[in-house]
Amino acid sequence: MNKTRETGNAVITIKNATKSYGRHVVFSNLSVEVEEGGVLCIIGPSGTGKSTLLRCINRLEVLDKGAVYIDGERVGCKKEGNHYRTLAEDAIAKQRQKTGMVFQQFNLFKHLSVMDNITLAPRKVLGLSDSEARQIAVGLLQRVGLSDKAKAYPSELSGGQKQRIAIARALAMKPKVMLFDEPTSALDPELVGEVLTVMKSLAAEGMTMVIVTHEMSFARNVATAIAFMDGGSIAAYGTPQEVLDHPSNPRVRQFLSAIEYS
Amino acid sequence: MKINDSVDPKEDLDTQRVLPHRNFGLLTINTIVVIVVLLTIYSVADNKNYGWPIVGENLFDGLVLKGLMLTFELTVIALILGLIFGVCLALMRLHQSSVLRWLAALYIWLFRGTPLLVQILFWYNISALYPSIRIGIPWGPTFWSGNVNSIITAFVAAVLALGLHEAAFMSEVVRAGIQGVDGGQIEAGKAVGLRSRQVFFMVTLPQAIRLIIPAIGNRAIAVLKDSSLVSVIGAAELLFSAEVIYGRTYQTIPLLVVATIWYLVSVTLLTLIQRYIERMLANKARNADE
Repeated sequence: MNKTRETGNAVITIKNATKSYGRHVVFSNLSVEVEEGGVLCIIGPSGTGKSTLLRCINRLEVLDKGAVYIDGERVGCKKEGNHYRTLAEDAIAKQRQKTGMVFQQFNLFKHLSVMDNITLAPRKVLGLSDSEARQIAVGLLQRVGLSDKAKAYPSELSGGQKQRIAIARALAMKPKVMLFDEPTSALDPELVGEVLTVMKSLAAEGMTMVIVTHEMSFARNVATAIAFMDGGSIAAYGTPQEVLDHPSNPRVRQFLSAIEYS
Repeated sequence: MKINDSVDPKEDLDTQRVLPHRNFGLLTINTIVVIVVLLTIYSVADNKNYGWPIVGENLFDGLVLKGLMLTFELTVIALILGLIFGVCLALMRLHQSSVLRWLAALYIWLFRGTPLLVQILFWYNISALYPSIRIGIPWGPTFWSGNVNSIITAFVAAVLALGLHEAAFMSEVVRAGIQGVDGGQIEAGKAVGLRSRQVFFMVTLPQAIRLIIPAIGNRAIAVLKDSSLVSVIGAAELLFSAEVIYGRTYQTIPLLVVATIWYLVSVTLLTLIQRYIERMLANKARNADE
């Protein structure tokens, strides 16, 4: 298996990534790695490309330059002689099986029940039978504490419940990596805790995760590495202690005091 | 600080009745409208030229009922043709191939941009353009050939004209429905690893259908009424049947009233069906806006 690896041992490798919309450069020449079982929290002011970077990892957005590797395999492209060629849509869909994603706006399939939300992809993509997929879903619902909601529709759930179902839906595909795009930003304050609890237990089990978040105390407790993004690059990178407790970068200090984290 | 400082505990608000505001303006308007409506009804009922007894005699006339059936038939066939062809056109409009996008746009431009009556006359007279058709390999053997004049009857011309015209409108309805589905739903479908075709059929289309049901209902009503236009080429639908009868009896107005009544009954029926489908879909998904 290591024969096909194009990078080192990291699960996620982002190399020299550049992305712009028209003339506006979101980030440029940005590189970062996440080890197996690592939890990378991306923090920073809004509009600095945190979500865009996350969405480039599973190719919901396409980088202008640079590359993303998952498990040593380049996302969205295939080596062809001494250059790369963009993969067909179906091949990209296959690569996305390795990454689960949780969105700020939950994005549960509105027309499907909780059970169908979770089992759709395992049935249609992995080809599992109804009963196999259901078995997985029952286990995941138990794990996120929503066993009684299998028959409910998304519109009948609270924000916190929706987000926990969204996590279960992503986990049902047994991904290698979980991507979280501001998972608690659209929640009422009293519902944030239940989602973070699920994420903490995932991290404790050794899931490799990349999380864009504004929850500093969560990042402080769970992250193995924190990347502070500002001005189109990673302005500060290190352990939570290095970045949050003893910030040497004045922009990090300014950001932390602005969100009243101390 | 006491919250109830300003309230006199002896004053019990529940026992005090509050009478509605006296709105004399509203009362005046209502009175005038009711009087005008009553006068109008009286004039309709009293005017012998409507020929109400003749309306009654002809309402269930065999020819009228046969015409009504053909009107239904034309409406249903045109809608089905329009929907199938319309979905194809909508998919072409949204396709990544610019040639397909352009072709669909051209079709819609042509069939939506010309009057239905003109299209009906064109299809009916198509044999003047193409006297015969043959199915086979170009410059090669012929498997089947036929005389266009005998193939394109009034019925066939009516179905073609109504269906192809409807497809142009339906494609815009379907396209709006597809584009109205929240982009986050499509991203979520991609993120769990569904292929783009699966995302379309399992996520986008089911949600788009719910969005376009009211618009399809509107189109159904429009097609039903527009089908009266094919009376010009002698397709024996409802209006044509009425015309045939009054051509014989000279009871023009009563027969037009008969047609009017049946059109209203049909449209009411379609409205009820539309409401039923909407309610069924709403129950099925109990889908509230998020």
